[in-house]
Amino acid sequence: MIVAKRKPFEEIKSMIKDYKKVLNVGCGTCVAVCLAGGEKEVDVLNAELDMARKLEESPIELGKITVERQCDREYLETLDSMVDDYDAILSMACGAGIQFLAERFAHKPVFPGVDTSFIGINQDVGWYEERCRSCNSCVLGMTGGICPVTMCAKGLYNGPCGGTNQGSCEIHKDQPCAWYMIYERLERQGRLDSIMDVVPAQDWRNQTPRTVIQPGYKKPEAA
Amino acid sequence: MELKSGSNLEKVLTAGHFAFTGELGPPRGADAAEVREKAEHLKGMVDAVNITDNQTAMVRMSSWAASLILLQEGLEPNFQMVCRDRNRLAMQADILGAYAHGIRNMLCLSGDHQQFGDHPQAMGVFDIDSMQLISMTKQMRDEGTFLSGAELHGVPKMFIGAAANPFAEPFEWRVHRLGKKIAAGVDFIQTQCIYNMERFREWVKRANDMGLTEKAYILAGVTPMKSVGMAKYMKAKVPGMDVPDEIIKRLQGAGKGKVADEGINIACDQIEEFKEMKGVAGVHLMAIEWEHKVPEIAERAKVLPRPQID
Repeated sequence: MIVAKRKPFEEIKSMIKDYKKVLNVGCGTCVAVCLAGGEKEVDVLNAELDMARKLEESPIELGKITVERQCDREYLETLDSMVDDYDAILSMACGAGIQFLAERFAHKPVFPGVDTSFIGINQDVGWYEERCRSCNSCVLGMTGGICPVTMCAKGLYNGPCGGTNQGSCEIHKDQPCAWYMIYERLERQGRLDSIMDVVPAQDWRNQTPRTVIQPGYKKPEAA
Repeated sequence: MELKSGSNLEKVLTAGHFAFTGELGPPRGADAAEVREKAEHLKGMVDAVNITDNQTAMVRMSSWAASLILLQEGLEPNFQMVCRDRNRLAMQADILGAYAHGIRNMLCLSGDHQQFGDHPQAMGVFDIDSMQLISMTKQMRDEGTFLSGAELHGVPKMFIGAAANPFAEPFEWRVHRLGKKIAAGVDFIQTQCIYNMERFREWVKRANDMGLTEKAYILAGVTPMKSVGMAKYMKAKVPGMDVPDEIIKRLQGAGKGKVADEGINIACDQIEEFKEMKGVAGVHLMAIEWEHKVPEIAERAKVLPRPQID
């Protein structure tokens, strides 16, 4: 899932300081699971903003709604009849959701309520770790299911570097060396052959916006 | 025999001499005199001088620029390039520029992580890794093409080096990693500073058994300890460094005022062994901020005079 964390309160407050009527839109999928931008977090943020603005003698009227997914057109439709009642929108979705919302309601100022952190896993309630950088050319088959792009601090395809320190990464003793783990796992599986050859330079073309159209589908004429 | 680059280091190694290379860290500023002053101590002492590239991720005068000053001083640079600070465009551009100015040796490294340095906020580039940098430099030299495959005019004929750390885990993998660097196209290797001789002997033996030492020249890394504190710091704080307790004990036993001298003794004992060690083609002396001691170390290690080859 996509993991996010709420922006610092002062930053959010400052972004919407000039608005008197703001709709706070939560997202019910990834950011709800990671406790950053679901229904509960919308309520908490609204309560904090309400109190702070009252204390500053600049009261604010806050609306709230949490949609299933802000990255999905069908769920955004619900908002069509609501947004005109507000001066601005605060979105608690990930960066993709916020942008899709802002695109749909291009006449309204839209502000982010969270910082989108990474694609990660749920270690425990409230504890998430990054696992994927969406590089668009997965090598997990070769590396025993451990991503060198994400888990190696240098993103090396031909590791480990000389900084491995008793199984830890040179950046921190609590950070395991990805390539040490890759070696250990492949050795256990008798698959060291898969990292014997030099991996050539990657085709990074992930710095322009990417589109995926699955086989059998096509881009609609007017999206 | 046709040389790949014609660098002095390549000539010394191919002629079968025991190579002796040094190292110089560029200054944290624009003062060329500082480079010249350090270089002065190395003249006639070494076959080539590694010019570090923003070592420990601290900003310094760029390695190619300091390499040019070295050339002006009549010394041969070994231009270090790390993958942390440049993408493939900048790397290839620097290789062309460096060669155009007379630089003939290159050392391809991943680079210490930016988090260690004075700009931990920096974005690490790592567009390609050290293995891919070796292969790209070789492609430019041997095929006369850029990484993209496009033809280049005026081929940069570099003598291509890389580092190897025989001590970092997993030990079993280290010799295979050396094999990968050789497969990628490396001509010579300079190792991490060696203190654990037993482990190094084992690593070289495995490299010999795999035939790797016949395919690339291995230069053993030596850094004399200046103090007990330095030894303890390297043991505890420097990632991938293996400093056995015997080394610390030997330094402690040297007595007041004689520790640095004992550090040089240890280095000289190592160099003596390397001269006889099958698979070792030379020594890379990293006298960190101790350049002025290089003449004394070279003298005591009996590696002078350096061979002159036309």
